Amino acid sequence: MAKKRKSAPILPPESPLTRRRRALVVGASSGIGAAIAQRLAAEGHVVAALARSKGELDKLCREVNAQLGDTRALAYEHDVTDVESIPLTFQRLLKELGGMDVLVYCAGVMPAVASDEFNLEKDELMIDTNLRGGLAWLGLGAALFQRMGAGHLVGISSVAGDRGRVLNPGYNASKAGLDAYLEALRNRLTRHGVHVLTVKPGFVDTEMLKASRGPKFGVISPEQVAAGVWKAMRARKQLVYIPWIWRWIMLAVRNVPSFIFRRLSI
Amino acid sequence: MSKQVERALPPQRLARLENFGHSLKRSAYLFQPNRIEQLHDIFALAREQGLSIALRGAGRSYGDAALNSGQIVLDLRLLNRIQIWDAQRGRITVEPGVTIEQLWKHVLADGWWPPVVPGTMFPTIGGCLAANIHGKNNWQAGPLGEHVVEFEAMLPGGKRLRCSPRKNAELFHAMIGGMGLLGVFTSITLELKHIYSGNLEVTAWTEPTLARLVSAIHEHEESDYVVGWVDCTAMGRRLGRGQIHAARYLRSDEDPDAERSLRVDAQVLPDRMFGVLPKRLLPPLMAPFVNNLGTWGVNLAKYLGSRTIGNHKTYRQALVAFNFLLDYIPDWERSYGRGGLIQYQSFLPKAAAADVFLEMLRACKRAGLPSYLGVLKRHRPDKFLLSHALDGYSLALDFRVTRANRARLVALAAELDKLALAAGGRFYFAKDSTLRREEVSRYLGAKTIQQFKKLKRKVDPENLLQSDLYRRCFG
Repeated sequence: MAKKRKSAPILPPESPLTRRRRALVVGASSGIGAAIAQRLAAEGHVVAALARSKGELDKLCREVNAQLGDTRALAYEHDVTDVESIPLTFQRLLKELGGMDVLVYCAGVMPAVASDEFNLEKDELMIDTNLRGGLAWLGLGAALFQRMGAGHLVGISSVAGDRGRVLNPGYNASKAGLDAYLEALRNRLTRHGVHVLTVKPGFVDTEMLKASRGPKFGVISPEQVAAGVWKAMRARKQLVYIPWIWRWIMLAVRNVPSFIFRRLSI
Repeated sequence: MSKQVERALPPQRLARLENFGHSLKRSAYLFQPNRIEQLHDIFALAREQGLSIALRGAGRSYGDAALNSGQIVLDLRLLNRIQIWDAQRGRITVEPGVTIEQLWKHVLADGWWPPVVPGTMFPTIGGCLAANIHGKNNWQAGPLGEHVVEFEAMLPGGKRLRCSPRKNAELFHAMIGGMGLLGVFTSITLELKHIYSGNLEVTAWTEPTLARLVSAIHEHEESDYVVGWVDCTAMGRRLGRGQIHAARYLRSDEDPDAERSLRVDAQVLPDRMFGVLPKRLLPPLMAPFVNNLGTWGVNLAKYLGSRTIGNHKTYRQALVAFNFLLDYIPDWERSYGRGGLIQYQSFLPKAAAADVFLEMLRACKRAGLPSYLGVLKRHRPDKFLLSHALDGYSLALDFRVTRANRARLVALAAELDKLALAAGGRFYFAKDSTLRREEVSRYLGAKTIQQFKKLKRKVDPENLLQSDLYRRCFG
């Protein structure tokens, strides 16, 4: 059965010359993702917000659109662990947005793990959500942006990717993998005019942090992270710690010799 | 997403496509069939994937006619075979991807020339027909569509049919000028112009005002070609002055050395300027002058130079050199810098033209966005459904696009639209990148648009053929 070709989503008409930039935020229903989606919309982008929970997404998009008085955010239900569905979702979004200029991957989970717990199920969930989904989305974004000779790829990683620690090995592994992938994309794509940004937030006031057992200090809001990401995008930074102090904290942490580090409980 | 579709199109298909002026950059899944039969598969694929298809030739549209953001673009340039050439009757049958360049090179030595050509030889015949292009002889020769004997089309459903002014006449008059939204031209038969020399006799002279340019064109309607260059940067009362080039074909007895002038190598554009400077170096050398002050200086020098040297002189010029002015400097559009350019062309009825065009030039200057190139042409109406032509004149204005001026340029275009529409003006989809649905329905009329949409529903019920222009102007 042939389908009726639906025209593009209900975006306000634009002149081709003054078309808004298109942004895709994966993992946008809460926390950092929601704040980034909001920020990008406020900075003039049309934002496709993707997440599992359609209810929260719809609420976010309604708020953004009401606040800006314009259809600027669109909600799409999507589960990043369903990797097979990503190419088609990407294609559909490319059609409905009519292009893509920014792709932000911030889907991430961190289930609580006891210090003597080795749980493959939890680890796999983290790898699938934090890393595998990121590979799928960022890889497609990379393919597009390389050909376009432009675009911003943004990956929300974590300071947790800098070193394997006692608290949550699976989380460390997933974020370290994401870091390496982003770095590789950067090395491939900078020569094509594409900007690849790795973001490493410290403690951010989100549901994830509330569930975490670790130390908490200098907690910042998701909006502060979004502001930092926007600033780093404009400056075409490669790697940004938010807040900045984490650059120095992590420099120290990275350089603690192993014979000491393995005796610590951070 | 439909459950029937299992696989997305491979990301390797993604490509960046641009308009002629490089001011729009859009992504699309690009397909380049080299056999007409492949069109069936691509249509089937688009249908299955829920994507629309835009048809693209050489990508010489100034606007978004051959772009289809985030969807499929079908580049037809590889369908470029010349199928039949009847040198006795001057009839040629070509595939849609054959370019104007291929065409004239193929037929010139036999004493024939395309009856209508655009300002560049690189567009494809399919693209030219979709836009129903005109030349500097529009009031004499009409648009290219009037020289089509017949064409064969493939509709999005896969049906192939022949159209001529008598057979399937409605579709014939709608597909020509239909911007590739109704079907694909798969084979086109054109009737060419018999010529007796590869040269034209050209006369050039300056006129001090826009009104004088318009009346000069009117007075030279017996010529075969007339075109006016308009200085859109001059100050005060000088605004709108310019230069006329009028040309005529030579008669059978006027070129004793016709055999030589009809050779392709007698027509080839030199690749060096003044015999020394390689012309591909020109765009970067021109770039520093492509701004308000630089262009003012260049235009001033050009006007004064033309008024002093060789004014009113008659000379012979090769057809290629006269017609394909844009190709004189390869990649000239690159001189407009990274932001590229757009062109704004409006068509006005005879009586209103001179005054309203001058009003437009003033509006451009008020907005701080003078056009760097203005071209004035004479037109007459034709019978094609989405025709841009009327009994009057057109002024084409080139504007540089920068990141900073985009919004002002769009506002200026809207202001110019108002002036044109109030005077009964029309527009041209091959050039346009700023019109909105309201303006399009005002100049075409609700009835014409309904007729077009009705026909589109009939030949393309799934709305498979779309483009950015389609969604902007008709969506």
